[in-house]
Amino acid sequence: MIEWIAVGMILLASIVAVLSAVGMIRLPDVYTRSHAATKSATLSVLMCLLGAFIHFWLTDGYISIRLLLGIIFVFITAPVAGHLVCRAAYRSRVPLAEQSEEDELREVLFSDEVEHLKREEVERMHNIKS
Amino acid sequence: MIEKVLLLALTLFTVAIALSLYRLIKGPSMPDRAIALDTVGVNLVSAIAIVSVFLSTKAFLDAILILGILSFIGTISFSKYIERGVLIERKRND
Repeated sequence: MIEWIAVGMILLASIVAVLSAVGMIRLPDVYTRSHAATKSATLSVLMCLLGAFIHFWLTDGYISIRLLLGIIFVFITAPVAGHLVCRAAYRSRVPLAEQSEEDELREVLFSDEVEHLKREEVERMHNIKS
Repeated sequence: MIEKVLLLALTLFTVAIALSLYRLIKGPSMPDRAIALDTVGVNLVSAIAIVSVFLSTKAFLDAILILGILSFIGTISFSKYIERGVLIERKRND
């Protein structure tokens, strides 16, 4: 009976993984897709490894240090990887989705281009007036 | 009964890997593909854990650790290549 804890945890992990994959298909943007890919995929792999750990602990009485190391490693490194990919995407100018409202980082990172664009616009307006 | 539930979970993980493969092939930009590849690696770790429970062997637990480390290093190097254009920077002082 108590083995069903581990099996149920593994089943819940697989359902969360499918939901995360559906989010990766349907979301419109790199930045929103990385939400679905990093957070819920990390939750699913943590629950799955924890289920395997509980299963080996309950059936064999075997506490697996390797599984614990895997859990800690995935828990530490998955947010770092998601953050780095998002940063690389923004710096290589992958465009945001069309329905996103505002972009404050653009004026900080690419300020020279923004000023350039504004100056062009001012000159154009000036030409139209004169 | 437990084996049937484990097979169902393994099938669901396979569906998740197939959906991420769609994003890996179709993805409009390179960071999309990097994220999809990271998700494939993470789901593969879970699938190996389920196979290890299903066969009730402890031989695959090393593969979980190695695959997690390799997936992390692969994602880091992909993101660095996308951001800077090079992987190994050589500093030229002269």
